[in-house]
Amino acid sequence: MSELTGRASYAYAVARSFDPALLEGVRGVDDAEVHLVPYREIVVIVSSVPLAEFDETALRAKLERLPWLEATARAHHAVVDSVATHSVTLPLRLATVYRGDERVTEVLRQSYPRFRAALDRLAGKVELEVKVYTEPQATAPATSPSSSSPGRDYLRRRRAQHRARDDAWQRAAAAATQVDTALATLAVDSRHRPPQSPQLSGAGGENVLNVAYLVDAERAEELAAWARRLEAEAPGARVEVTGPWAPYSFALPDGEEPA
Amino acid sequence: MNGTREVALVDLLDRLLAGGVVLTGDLTLAIADVDLVRVSLRVLISSIGRGEDR
Repeated sequence: MSELTGRASYAYAVARSFDPALLEGVRGVDDAEVHLVPYREIVVIVSSVPLAEFDETALRAKLERLPWLEATARAHHAVVDSVATHSVTLPLRLATVYRGDERVTEVLRQSYPRFRAALDRLAGKVELEVKVYTEPQATAPATSPSSSSPGRDYLRRRRAQHRARDDAWQRAAAAATQVDTALATLAVDSRHRPPQSPQLSGAGGENVLNVAYLVDAERAEELAAWARRLEAEAPGARVEVTGPWAPYSFALPDGEEPA
Repeated sequence: MNGTREVALVDLLDRLLAGGVVLTGDLTLAIADVDLVRVSLRVLISSIGRGEDR
């Protein structure tokens, strides 16, 4: 039937059942209303999308267009984020699309034990992200009494710049270790990500630590405030905390039977 | 969960393209995770470089 109508089902997240009325007014990709596809006490949050826009060729082309990628990512996140305020939520990867709700039910039935286990593990938990950066580089001090040799001045200046950069990195790395060691003992789980490129994040300074921590939801604010305070104790480093996020980084590894 | 604060796109893509449960969908079979990340980063870098609308 979906083939004829040209519609597909975009899946955002798996969650424990909750009152669908809570999602009233929540809109997903292409501004479509979302609905629940249930199986036993689990649901998948889906919305209807045009089939043709999500086949492989179309998707490949669209992923190259930043405005589309951003709009889709934000819509996906908005749905996940609002579901996560109502129920235990297992976010799905961007652009997980099926040929209709019947297929979603089938996948849910096949992967039920694995979803259930994951939801049990994530109940009452949220994700916090902590990033540590070096302080943005101050401009190197002008070398004082200039000697008779411009070449030597240049080399001295370069060495001073390198030293300053190394020092900044060392200080931030020390702060990062301190933050990570402390948070790792308070968190349920953690995932280290590759540092973000300053070009992408737009953040001044170099990203030396980028970690997602899975923490008890009731303690999230406390831990976030605590991580932020470490910044004051670690001169030369900037600490950024984001979240709470739905547990995106603690989803299951792939490698099971394709559903 | 994040309230009304706008989430940074780079943080979002970190999660949506490298996190989340990976299920094999019906329509995205051949798109590997690595491809997704590479594509998006290339797009981001080039668009920031050109100062295009983001």
